[in-house]
Amino acid sequence: MIKKFAIIVITTLALTLNVSAGTDGELLLKKNEPSEIKDCSEKFNRGVFALNQGLDKVLFKPISGIYKSLPSPIKSGVSNSLDNLSNLVTIPNNILQGDFKTAGVNTGRFLINTTFGILGLFDAADHMGFSEYEKEDYGQSLAKAGVGPGCYIVLPVLGPSTVRDTAGSLVNFVGGDPWYSATVINNNHYFEDSDYYYSRATQGIDFRAKNYDAIENLEKNSLDFYASVKSLYLQDRQQKILNTKKITNTQNDSDWEEVDN
Amino acid sequence: MIKKIFFIVLIYFLSLNNAFTIEPDIFVQSTVNRASKILGENLSKEEKIEKLKIIAKETVDIKGIGFYTLGSKRKELNNDMKEKYSKLFEQYFLKSFSSRLAEYTNPEIDVIGKEALNKNYTIVNSILKGTSERPEVKIDWRIYTKNQENPLIRDLIIEGLSLARTQKEEFKSILDTNNGDINVLFETLKKFSNN
Repeated sequence: MIKKFAIIVITTLALTLNVSAGTDGELLLKKNEPSEIKDCSEKFNRGVFALNQGLDKVLFKPISGIYKSLPSPIKSGVSNSLDNLSNLVTIPNNILQGDFKTAGVNTGRFLINTTFGILGLFDAADHMGFSEYEKEDYGQSLAKAGVGPGCYIVLPVLGPSTVRDTAGSLVNFVGGDPWYSATVINNNHYFEDSDYYYSRATQGIDFRAKNYDAIENLEKNSLDFYASVKSLYLQDRQQKILNTKKITNTQNDSDWEEVDN
Repeated sequence: MIKKIFFIVLIYFLSLNNAFTIEPDIFVQSTVNRASKILGENLSKEEKIEKLKIIAKETVDIKGIGFYTLGSKRKELNNDMKEKYSKLFEQYFLKSFSSRLAEYTNPEIDVIGKEALNKNYTIVNSILKGTSERPEVKIDWRIYTKNQENPLIRDLIIEGLSLARTQKEEFKSILDTNNGDINVLFETLKKFSNN
């Protein structure tokens, strides 16, 4: 009798949770749909975008061009150590999103790569068969908690964002990023403020170099480069929030069906 | 006897039907191989672009993508305007698509799987192999399979980012910033193609 009762309770709970998960997923998809996110101050955003393009032309593009020509082992070493540092933000966000298993995996990855991987230069955890690393941030955790994206905004130097994602980034400066806390907030003998700023600048250059040709190509072949960047950014955020790269999970197929009618 | 003849005829027609069906993954791999061969040849960029345009005309549903890209605005256009738009879009698309591809030299793409969404669409999964210059890239292809004998490409999804969707939002932005005036979009397309 007790066994039967337990089975009924477990089945009911499992079904209820599944229904909730499905509804949450649909809600997340709808809330973060790129075409639904408003560009409240488009004129201002386009101005900042133009400023960023200018900065890119005189600063980031030439530097990333030089960085791109460095030998592959150097580039992958830099990229690996930056990814390793980003674990410090990913792990608390895994926990905030209730993904304790991935938090554990990423903690193991961080410990292995910091020690055996010589401060993250080598991705030793990958060689040991750890699953593919996915970054998480406070913007994603806010989205998972049901916070809508707000308006689309373009930040000077940092580029495209939304009100929610910008608010999420601010958490890093109030204790959310242990790397920022260790370098900028805490005065100690081990790190300088500049360590943080150098690492952030290198992260930007690494990203620009990895996407060097793709960005050039997009700029050259776009009718409205601003709109293309906005669309790509919002699509990327949507799939990161939903933790999927499957287009069928992020795109409504009815748009395509309509073309045939 | 009649039953036997009936079965032979039925099997004949069934096999005839299967013989002309092209599997979406095989279609993508053969298209990619054709494009890779051209990109690897010792040709000028202009020659490569011209050859890539021929492949695009045969394998991409340019008209379908054009209407998708136009979104709900399509419903406001009369037949003459639709015809004009389709012509301008084709010129724009061929130039944009082929010059994007022509930047790559000898890309190696392997088809790794497929997922049929419904009778009209199949998503084919592939990998663009990484080089010392760039990391490995996942590319999915939305294949329009309504006519199974002639499948067509409708979208390229690079690392989960849809090119058709990006283009659609780009066109919407042009229309929105010009009070929905389709003639501004026509002019923009014309200008791009003539440059």
